[in-house]
Amino acid sequence: MASVQVVNVSLPSLPSGWTADKDFKAVGSLSPATQRTIEPVGPHFLAYARRKRHNRTFSEDERIQAEKTVKKTEEEDEDDFSDNEDPMMLQREAKDWKGQDHYAVLGLSKYRWRATPDMIKRAHRKKVLRHHPDKKAAMGQSDEDDRFFKCIQKATELLLDPTRRRQFDSVDEAADVDSPSKSTIAKKGLYKAWGPTFVAEGRFSNKQPVPLFGDDNSTQQDVESFYNFWYNFDSWRSFEYLDEDIPDDGEGRHQKRQTEKKNANARSKRKAEDNARLREMVDEVLALDERIKKFRQQARAGKDAKRKAKEDEIKRIADEKKAAKEAEEKAAKEAEETAKAEREKNKKNKEAAKNAAKKNKRVLKGSVKDVNYFADGEASAGQVDSVLGDVELIMGKIDVDELAALAEKLSIAGKDGAAVKAAYTAEAKRLVEAGKIKEGDAKVFV
Amino acid sequence: MGEPNGVSTEVERFAIGISFGNSCSSIARISPEGKAEVIANEEGDRQIPSVLSYIDGEEYHGTQAKAQLVRNSKNTVAYFRDYLGKEFKDIDPTPSHQSAHPQQNGSTVAFTIRDTASETPNTVTVSEITTRHLRRLKQSATDFLGKDVNSAVITVPTDFTDAQRTALVAAAKEAGIEVLQLIAEPVAAVMAYDGRPEATVSDKLVVVADLGGTRSDVAVVASHGGMYTILATAHDYELGGASLDQIIIDHFAKEFMKKHKTDPREDARGLAKLKLEGEGTRKALSLSPNAQLSVESLADGIDYGSTINRTRFEMLSGKVFAQFTGLIEQVVKKAGLDVLDIDEVIFSGGASHTSKIAQLAQNIFSEKTTILAPSTSVSALNPSELSARGAAFQASLVQEFDHEDIEQSIHPMVTATPHLSKAIGVEFQSATETTFQPLLTAETALPARRIAQYTAPKDGGDILVRVCEGAREIKVTKPEAKAKQEKPADDSDSDFDSDDEEDEDIREIVWKTEKPVAELAVKGVKAGGKVEVMVHVNPDLGLQIAVREVGGSTAVRGAINGSA
Repeated sequence: MASVQVVNVSLPSLPSGWTADKDFKAVGSLSPATQRTIEPVGPHFLAYARRKRHNRTFSEDERIQAEKTVKKTEEEDEDDFSDNEDPMMLQREAKDWKGQDHYAVLGLSKYRWRATPDMIKRAHRKKVLRHHPDKKAAMGQSDEDDRFFKCIQKATELLLDPTRRRQFDSVDEAADVDSPSKSTIAKKGLYKAWGPTFVAEGRFSNKQPVPLFGDDNSTQQDVESFYNFWYNFDSWRSFEYLDEDIPDDGEGRHQKRQTEKKNANARSKRKAEDNARLREMVDEVLALDERIKKFRQQARAGKDAKRKAKEDEIKRIADEKKAAKEAEEKAAKEAEETAKAEREKNKKNKEAAKNAAKKNKRVLKGSVKDVNYFADGEASAGQVDSVLGDVELIMGKIDVDELAALAEKLSIAGKDGAAVKAAYTAEAKRLVEAGKIKEGDAKVFV
Repeated sequence: MGEPNGVSTEVERFAIGISFGNSCSSIARISPEGKAEVIANEEGDRQIPSVLSYIDGEEYHGTQAKAQLVRNSKNTVAYFRDYLGKEFKDIDPTPSHQSAHPQQNGSTVAFTIRDTASETPNTVTVSEITTRHLRRLKQSATDFLGKDVNSAVITVPTDFTDAQRTALVAAAKEAGIEVLQLIAEPVAAVMAYDGRPEATVSDKLVVVADLGGTRSDVAVVASHGGMYTILATAHDYELGGASLDQIIIDHFAKEFMKKHKTDPREDARGLAKLKLEGEGTRKALSLSPNAQLSVESLADGIDYGSTINRTRFEMLSGKVFAQFTGLIEQVVKKAGLDVLDIDEVIFSGGASHTSKIAQLAQNIFSEKTTILAPSTSVSALNPSELSARGAAFQASLVQEFDHEDIEQSIHPMVTATPHLSKAIGVEFQSATETTFQPLLTAETALPARRIAQYTAPKDGGDILVRVCEGAREIKVTKPEAKAKQEKPADDSDSDFDSDDEEDEDIREIVWKTEKPVAELAVKGVKAGGKVEVMVHVNPDLGLQIAVREVGGSTAVRGAINGSA
């Protein structure tokens, strides 16, 4: 039992950060177990039984409980197949098997096309147990009365053959659910009245599952797929079952072929009729279906709303455009005005600056004149010339603000020749340092 | 086995295994070498037909009695096993149509036969018939072994009711056989394989297809550590070797009709002859590609002889074969399993000799599944003998036990056991994927313990062992379409081969982790070392887990308390 399996898969490494007390961590528990019976055979069982019973006695209660909880593997025969045979049915001959209701013979009338092969088998067995001719003979009834038994055999044989079962199901009128009458529709409502009919018709579909008829609350998609399904119905229904028997004894090839041809024609005719009938039925229901109207209305309402929304949108866009244009125009106008004002202001400023410069220049020239060109007594022409030349030089190289500053210094200096000269000398020096005039350019203010 | 072992019963017990079938019975014992041996009766048959026949008070049994079905059908009793312990209204008398008919006798079934020399027939109950049959079997075994056989383990179908069991035990007692235990046929078949000295114990899911003479029973048996649990059964009471015989009968009858314009099946005796010979022909076809059938005076005094080959037979039987395989598929589905889950298919019963059935079954299951039938496996045992062998094996195990002891052991109190509903295993996480390796599979009977060794990562170090519950899923992958080949324009002549090969989906089992249960760490494992994981599950779903490095001294242990 405890032999070692060797598995050649390598285990993962311990992730970092994994810790647990004593290197063990319980994470979960096992799912609940199933109670089953183990088979009391084999050496391993006997060892197990010995262990389990060792020094233990079980009470009666425990014994009963143990029996109850065990999961059953043998299903009990609890089918509700109907046992009531119609006396007329019991008198049937297997010869005319085409006329017999095979489901009724097996007691499967309730299930019909829904019966699974397994159900058919079980139903057959049940019927055989009841109607076996050998049993009837043993009970003292006539030995020859095996008519119904033959019917049972025939029915089972047919229903267990998928092809033949479909042929029978195709013409199984008892499984059909007729279209409901107007009064039924009025009473039950469209969906409840027609639903079963569609379910019954849906048994012929190659495509399964068949969409349901639904009810008032079905979505548009469901309803559409329902009608699409029925208008493109892919049916396996065929009508071989109603074929006329082809004489087997060989009355002549000719007759045989003729019958075959007739049968083929009849089949295709029936098939066409069936298709037409189904189409008509779906048309009828479609016309009655309130949901379609509802969806159409909804669609129309939706369309209107859409159109309105579209128009609104257009209007909105136009309005926006207009407003934008207006705003643009206004902005342009404002900009123009500001620009004009600005220009005027600039002009004024410039003039003022010009005037100030002129005035300052006058101050500059005046200042040297006031200190008599730094001469004691009458200044020589040369002296005047060189001083004025230097002043001109400085004035030419100096900018407006510096000019204003210099003029201010000079007006503070007033008639103090030395101060005036110092102011000029400082200015000239600054200009030389700034590289605006050369060292030797200024002749007086050095 | 032969030596007295000091068991203080009055008479020394000597037990055999009996397979009591509806059509055939077998007897087996365990030889002193420990091998199961099927005992031949005085006629040399190992499959002894369960038939009794009476002529002038003389009792015939087995093959001789079966031959009487033609001339003396009214006084020949066959296929009576399934009537035992049942009420008349519940039996299906179809198989006995050509022998003595069952009749109502109080609440049980009886036969009216002339079993004495006198002319007036007697009513013999089915239990009496069973007693006589078992007495003959016991006699054959006693004659063969030279020792009085007084007890047995008998196999019964899984759907045998308590009433049937009681009736069988009573009938056996009447025949002087103490029934030590009744065991289920499919389990006996599994045990016939597991009881071989060379067999090893493993965890597996087995389908036992018991295809008998008149009925077929298929069961899914979970075998875990030598403990067997039946997960599902399916029965078909009208499918068996007889269904195949019918095909042979119909075939030859039609051939006969073509020549002689009379249907031999209309005449009871003709049909009986055809049936007897047809069965022989069918069995011969399982062994050789051709088989003969010859019947003297089949109908209207015409002798008839013809042959049939295996291909022809297999062609005609397609539908019946499909029923057999359908039954097998049905039971797998019923057990809530997939064909991929099945590890072994054991074919048991006489009809399993038919080679085509096992070959068809091979197509249902995956290549990994072992199909144990004579046509698919050379090591397969004789399917007809499996039940008897399994019963003999069990008989050798329990023959020294007190009756009381056996009774106690097979009581539901002992046999009703919790079974795991989900598999338990170890999860492997690598950088790319997470895989799960089951250690204990679902439906393992508790308590259970399994040990497994896993390789450590290449460079050793610390290792994580994550014990989880897992579930298997069936992964279906569509094979890559080979549409490109068909696209080229000139495919005018490819119409013939384009549809031949239909691509089948590739289906495989994928294990997924469902719920982590515990995590354990092993530290400092040597490079290239191995880690051993031991998981023990208690009946109350408590767990004990121990992990250690192989060769290492210390183990990491942990326990999780059970819920119940």
